[in-house]
Amino acid sequence: MKDDRKRSWLVSLALVAPLVLFLVFFFAAPLYTMVSAAISDPIGARALPHTSAIIERWDGTSPPSPEMQTAFAEDLRAIDDDQLFGDLVRRLNSAKSGFRTLMPKTRNAVKADPAANDLVAIDERWSDPAFWQPVKTATASTITDRNLLAAVDLERSTAGDIQEMPEGSSANRATLIRTFVVSLSVTLACLLIGLPYAMIAASVDGWKRQLLLGAVLLPLWTSLLVRTAAWFILLQDNGLINSSLTALGLINSPLPLIFNRAGVIIAMTHVLLPFMVLPIFSVLIGIPKNLMPAAASLGAPPLRAFWNVLLPMSTRGIVSGSLLVFMSALGYYITPALIGGARDQMISSVIAYYATGAANWGMAGALGLVLLVATLILYTVYLRLSGEEQAKR
Amino acid sequence: MQDPFISFEKVSKSFGTFNVVDELYLSISRGEFVSMLGPSGSGKTTILMMLAGFEKPTSGKIFVGGRQVDALPPHKRNMGVVFQNYALFPHMSVAENVGFPLKMRRMPRAEADGRIKRALDMVQLGTMSERRPSQLSGGQQQRVALARALVFEPEVVLMDEPLGALDKKLREQMQLDIRELHRRLGLTIIFVTHDQGEALTMSDRIAVFNHGKIEQIGKPSEIYDHPTTRFVAEFVGETNLIMGTIKQSGDGRAIIQLPSGSTLEASAPNLNAGTQVSLSIRPERIRSGKAQAPANILSGTVRDVVYHGDHLQLLLDADGHQLLVRSDRAVKAPEAGQKMDFSFAPEDCWVVAQ
Amino acid sequence: MKLLISSLIACSALIGGTLTTQARDLTVVSWGGNYQDAQKKIYFEPFAKETGKPLLDESWDGGYGVLQAKVKAGSPNWDAVQVESEELALGCADGIYEPIDWSKLGGKEAYLPAAVSDCGVGAIVWSTGIGYDGDKLKEGPKSWADFWDVQKFPGKRGLRKGAKYSLEFALMADGVAPADVYKVLGTPEGVDRAFKKLDEIKPHMVWWEAGAQPLQLLSSGEVVMTSAYNGRITGINRSEGKHFNFVFPQSIYAIDSWVILKGSENKDAAMDFIAFAGKPENQSKLPEYVAYGLPNLEAAKMVDAKFQPELPTTPANLENAIPLNADFWTDNSEELTQRFNAWLAQ
Repeated sequence: MKDDRKRSWLVSLALVAPLVLFLVFFFAAPLYTMVSAAISDPIGARALPHTSAIIERWDGTSPPSPEMQTAFAEDLRAIDDDQLFGDLVRRLNSAKSGFRTLMPKTRNAVKADPAANDLVAIDERWSDPAFWQPVKTATASTITDRNLLAAVDLERSTAGDIQEMPEGSSANRATLIRTFVVSLSVTLACLLIGLPYAMIAASVDGWKRQLLLGAVLLPLWTSLLVRTAAWFILLQDNGLINSSLTALGLINSPLPLIFNRAGVIIAMTHVLLPFMVLPIFSVLIGIPKNLMPAAASLGAPPLRAFWNVLLPMSTRGIVSGSLLVFMSALGYYITPALIGGARDQMISSVIAYYATGAANWGMAGALGLVLLVATLILYTVYLRLSGEEQAKR
Repeated sequence: MQDPFISFEKVSKSFGTFNVVDELYLSISRGEFVSMLGPSGSGKTTILMMLAGFEKPTSGKIFVGGRQVDALPPHKRNMGVVFQNYALFPHMSVAENVGFPLKMRRMPRAEADGRIKRALDMVQLGTMSERRPSQLSGGQQQRVALARALVFEPEVVLMDEPLGALDKKLREQMQLDIRELHRRLGLTIIFVTHDQGEALTMSDRIAVFNHGKIEQIGKPSEIYDHPTTRFVAEFVGETNLIMGTIKQSGDGRAIIQLPSGSTLEASAPNLNAGTQVSLSIRPERIRSGKAQAPANILSGTVRDVVYHGDHLQLLLDADGHQLLVRSDRAVKAPEAGQKMDFSFAPEDCWVVAQ
Repeated sequence: MKLLISSLIACSALIGGTLTTQARDLTVVSWGGNYQDAQKKIYFEPFAKETGKPLLDESWDGGYGVLQAKVKAGSPNWDAVQVESEELALGCADGIYEPIDWSKLGGKEAYLPAAVSDCGVGAIVWSTGIGYDGDKLKEGPKSWADFWDVQKFPGKRGLRKGAKYSLEFALMADGVAPADVYKVLGTPEGVDRAFKKLDEIKPHMVWWEAGAQPLQLLSSGEVVMTSAYNGRITGINRSEGKHFNFVFPQSIYAIDSWVILKGSENKDAAMDFIAFAGKPENQSKLPEYVAYGLPNLEAAKMVDAKFQPELPTTPANLENAIPLNADFWTDNSEELTQRFNAWLAQ
């Protein structure tokens, strides 16, 4: 009896094993990697062990002492691994521009001459404490909040206090807020179009329904660039929309539809509409056909029947559609980049720059983490609100 | 007959070229319980839907209480409708469901609450008001639907196969409940069903539909005992149909010659000799053994005996016909293969139109 | 228990099976589009035919992180990759490329000096400069000062959305001699000066991101002039009969190079391929398809005279043009990109 139970427990475990592995590989592991990339900072301590011990006692403002320079030169001589050196350079350069050229030059000089410990003689810049501060912070600890702070335009002063970055040097916070604003606008636009659309699609049948669903799925089948080019043709100043409006005499000068927020929202709404329509549609077709007639027979005019019966019953579809659209919109950046204007850049394009362009995985991870946390907070607020709504009933 | 409360005047409904309802005339009095009985596709539900306002007649007029209603939208007709699958709103509690029509009529809260309570008490669901429909059994859901259709005191209650989804026992209980409510509240009820037993139990009048037309309308006893058409005879209850030719007729009686040569006497309108007719005899009207005249006597062989608990059903071969006979348990059961005589009175045997 | 273990094994076998494949074919990665189509004709297919081994070609959109991630993961699935000069500089410093065997390429002196590196070989030279539609503007802009002059040339302008190039062009528009651009940009005051100059035309800007966009913008008349790549301008003139002009003076040219990823299992074959693509008789066929300059000196000389005016490497076109300073950008890209984004968002 006991063996049987154990056996069946093992069998069920075996059956869920693929799912567990899937979750670990595609969910837990990437999340862990992202978090650790955002906060871990092991390069400095690993590459510069001697410097680490000595620079600890440096006050951060006085001219660099000879011991510091000697230790640093020794550490550089000891680095054999080019990739470790590359990582160190990148780490230092992302804190202060100039290390990319300074470090290889210094390394070559100290390797060529084992006695050359006067770094200032090799390059003037080593006399500037501004180049030693990043070394101090990089070697101080293996974890850092630098990336997380930078992701929201904050930094630590030389004294270690958190402060705003100088104005005009970074716009991550603005970009993050804009990302949420754009995503929310797109979600609203999708809802306004998608809800009636889904209702119409659910109320007809046969080829009409196929046609409506096909039309809304179409953007998913066309490539991003084709779609973008099509929007370009439609939205530009002498494009289809503007020229027909002008021909009809409705407008005198072209409406600015492209390279601005309007264009971005139009194009993203188009792409994301299926994610709104399909969940609502599937909930709607599950609603018994006789509920609306029932409401009418009980004295509800069409609008009140919609408001009191159909809308509350499609809430589930509306919620999941809105979440799908909102979450997907958060990650969009190619469409905003191609159709948007200067102020329509989304946070994902900044993340992409750090990840693939600059290979600064720490910043990429930190921005991703901030985006994730902000999304989760919004989601929790939403759950709380909708929970209260439920409780009120 | 008093002035009709509801009347259909030459009402037709067609979908494309298909006539679902064909030039219907129907009058219903206030307080009447009328069942519409017929196979699916016979147009009975469409008539209900036209009365409720969900379908528009292709031609013809519908009057309720002297007012022409066929252009009125459903929410202005003030009719309670009970749907086949109850059509309760799943996102509302029982009380909210029942209160819905009152809310739509903007009834003050206190008055509405009282009515909801009375309506739920009436269907014995007073304690369930906070539950969701999904937490109720089928019968309870049905009673909520009933309470919801009655709570705003409509002039007419329309029921579209309301008991179809219930099991037999519950169905029978609900039939009695609805009839009781009808009597107590003096409601005008139009009840669509394809179950003849249900129609016979509950109705003041039954309209039997076939192919968009009324085949026969009348009291349950008229429909059952005196079907005028073969369709009605076959659709309502079980019957034996015997084909024959009129030999002579008059005074509501006719002598019919069977293909075998023997003759039977039956109730019939006046018909010309030589007319091909069907005779309908209900199985329970046939007695075993020879009875005193005037009676029709046939003899035959028992082919099968089917046990039904409270009665037996005999399958007889007689005169080239197969006949069903309901045999009382008080009589000794015959055995298969046994030869026997049986008889029935001319009053119990009706000539029906082919 | 057996079931659990076997299903775990099955799972890992499934995952493992997709990862480990038998010996990979030589994989060459380039920029896609009609450039890669041309490369296929003159390099990839002839090379495969010559060696008798299959050659797999893929395309990418650039990004140093992509290469770094591949090499760090161990045994990259790409062998020879065409990279931009910054990717070359960064990767060279990080040691993610195999060293180049220059003896196979006919020695360093066979190439433009700027195309020579320890870990990469120049493949093409391309320019970024002002492009405009000759049919719409008879008297076109001649310098970045003209580009900034919205009185003389009313209408919108296009620039690539990014700090790179925009800052250099702004300084040239502000009167900095092309040769001094990076010297000025190397100082904080220079950077401020460039951003200040950008402020001037910000209201007139359309920012583009993909190389095909400037052509669209010019065709539709959305902009009157835009920064563009010379190869694209020549390409659309040839294919669609347009009369777009490219302004070579004050343009910035850059060199794309072939590199071999460290740890590549086909590194010898990749080296052979790079040598094949560097042969003058092969390389000289390229301008017929795309108007890119050739870093192999011998090859540049073999190019038909009719293509010469379109190439960035033609001496007349090199006058007053400057090379992109990859070192400057490897040092300052992050900081200036961040600042540029903040400037855009204002």
